[in-house]
Amino acid sequence: MKFLDEYRDAAAVERLAGALRRLVRRPWTIMEICGGQTHTIVKSGLEGLLPAEITLVHGPGCPVCVTPVELIDQAVAMAARPEVIFCSFGDMLRVPGTAGSLLEAKAAGADVRMVYSPLNALKLARANPGKEVVFFAVGFETTAPANAMAVWQAEREGLGNFSMLVAQVLVPPAMEAILSSPQRRIDAFLAPGHVCTVMGYQEYEPLSRRYGVPMVVTGFEPLDLLEGIYLAVAQLEGGRAEVENQYRRAVRREGNRAAQERIVEVFEVSPRKWRGIGEIPSSGLRLRQRYRRFDAEERFGVEAARVEEAGECIAGLVLQGVKKPFECPAFGTRCTPETPLGAPMVSSEGACAAYYQYGRRQHD
Amino acid sequence: MTEFNSSCPVMRPAEERVLLAHGGGGRLMHQLIERVFVAEWASAGLQARHDGAVVRVGGARLAFTTDSYVVRPLEFPGGNIGDLAVNGTVNDLAMCGARPLYLSAGFILEEGLEIETLRRVARSMRQAAARAGVALVTGDTKVVDKGKGDGIFINTAGIGVVEAPAEIAPQAVRAGDAVIVSGDLGAHGVAVLSVREGLEFEAPVTSDTAPLWAPVEGLLKAGLEVHCLRDLTRGGLASALNEIAGAGGVGIEIRETAVPVREAVQGACEILGLDPLYVANEGRFVAFVPERDAARALEVLRGFQVCALAARIGAVRAGPRGVVELESRIGGHSILDLLSGEQLPRIC
Repeated sequence: MKFLDEYRDAAAVERLAGALRRLVRRPWTIMEICGGQTHTIVKSGLEGLLPAEITLVHGPGCPVCVTPVELIDQAVAMAARPEVIFCSFGDMLRVPGTAGSLLEAKAAGADVRMVYSPLNALKLARANPGKEVVFFAVGFETTAPANAMAVWQAEREGLGNFSMLVAQVLVPPAMEAILSSPQRRIDAFLAPGHVCTVMGYQEYEPLSRRYGVPMVVTGFEPLDLLEGIYLAVAQLEGGRAEVENQYRRAVRREGNRAAQERIVEVFEVSPRKWRGIGEIPSSGLRLRQRYRRFDAEERFGVEAARVEEAGECIAGLVLQGVKKPFECPAFGTRCTPETPLGAPMVSSEGACAAYYQYGRRQHD
Repeated sequence: MTEFNSSCPVMRPAEERVLLAHGGGGRLMHQLIERVFVAEWASAGLQARHDGAVVRVGGARLAFTTDSYVVRPLEFPGGNIGDLAVNGTVNDLAMCGARPLYLSAGFILEEGLEIETLRRVARSMRQAAARAGVALVTGDTKVVDKGKGDGIFINTAGIGVVEAPAEIAPQAVRAGDAVIVSGDLGAHGVAVLSVREGLEFEAPVTSDTAPLWAPVEGLLKAGLEVHCLRDLTRGGLASALNEIAGAGGVGIEIRETAVPVREAVQGACEILGLDPLYVANEGRFVAFVPERDAARALEVLRGFQVCALAARIGAVRAGPRGVVELESRIGGHSILDLLSGEQLPRIC
């Protein structure tokens, strides 16, 4: 298929892998931020083609994985209300909170719908004036523009029966949290290509300078990832630390201004708790005062008990790249996609689920 | 600086209810079958691990199977629920190496359904039965309250006479066997989903629903040794291969580049966030034949229009048992596992 096959070409991958083998001198640990990148790496078996000096660790860029349990509990409580049609992206439906998942809520009678876009939820709100339509706004900067657009349109249309449960998170504060952690073992980052398509990469430049860490904005196909790794290693071996753009066909330094404007119009930066990691300052988005009446938490006043995170799940260590999923004693035994102990085992973007799905037995 | 909390809550064990994911053809469905039906019925003669049962009546070996059809929308590009109900059961018999002969059809209709819709479905079933060479000999109709059904649910059961000289089953699969798919994958699932999601493509994707006895008969008449056959419905190729690897106690390796997927289907899967290897087909099967018969089997299959794109995609290995390995497009290796439930599109 045009525009895809070029980036999945075995001969090109072998050429670049050869160049990487000739380039690398010392051991390096590189983290890819985004869950979509983790999925490609594990599914295509890319790690097996890399020189032994390079270790990949998988970052916290799986929105499903880092959405706090309290929010999932709130979602389930809202969905259970008889007047509510609860809409969500597909892979959020399966994530368990303390009172089960949205799919289980559906089995118990809740009206839960999978949508591909928040604008589909708006359509549902227009078509069902007697119902309250709630959209679960999960994701990084990638999903923020469309979610902002939905609220903006609802406000213009005076759509009173639409609201949003906001769980938007931001990448740079999470990267800074990882970089400033005493357990840090990351030498370079592959920055998330789709997030940067929206936001550009200017905000990564001060981070790269301050911590002396190479950051390569990278795409999602196998050849993209390999080239991103190559560029990062070239910087590391050459003693450089700067922001580079591998994903030039989609990302510009300043990003997509129109999308950014819509985000800023509707959302403001707020502190946010990350599942398995804890609260990170200025790492989330919430609706601005002007749009607060579309906030489902305010509208329904559903209070979720604060959940104390405890147990044997090492999600936090996995999400910051300190441990690999198969280093967890529960991996693949007490913790599986059917009986997840933690969120990274739930979404196919989650590091644990990706390893379970595609790579499990290689580490037996 | 943020302190990392390195733990996650322990999940409460889910209350035991049937989830939609239990019907997705993945690991959850297998668990449900094992824990409920196999547990209760094993002693009653249940042959749970194949598409149909083979029973002896007098001197004859009969294949007997049943399947229920629920699809939304009822009509989609390339067919409707009636086509599926006939072809699906015909194909389950064919996968036992049996010539399909007689079908029953039970209907559960929702109050308010337009009779004209039902008539179109019934007409499609007649045409599909004629094409497959089976007779629709008995049936049943029930009507449920509005809101208690989804227009039409159909159950069909079928019987056929086994013509394969040897057992066709996962247990007959041997290391060294060639793995052949009968055509391009994913068209049915994508056709249904694109209607459901309101997507339109430059080249419209139509369902691949078709009867498969003719190509199976072709393989048998050519005197080829056929070890196992499986139609690639719910859960797609990946799930079928996992079931066979598990039940047969063998390993299977396939090459991603060898699996035929049409460009329109691949494109739709990229947009919808799906892997075509897990998408449902309604007129495709996988065949396991000894290496020496592989070339001839491909030639025979390609002689049937429905199998024009048949391709050899991999081979059976002695181990690791129960594991399906995928050589990716770029030459990397990964495990092609059963999904837990249905495929759910990822967020970004």
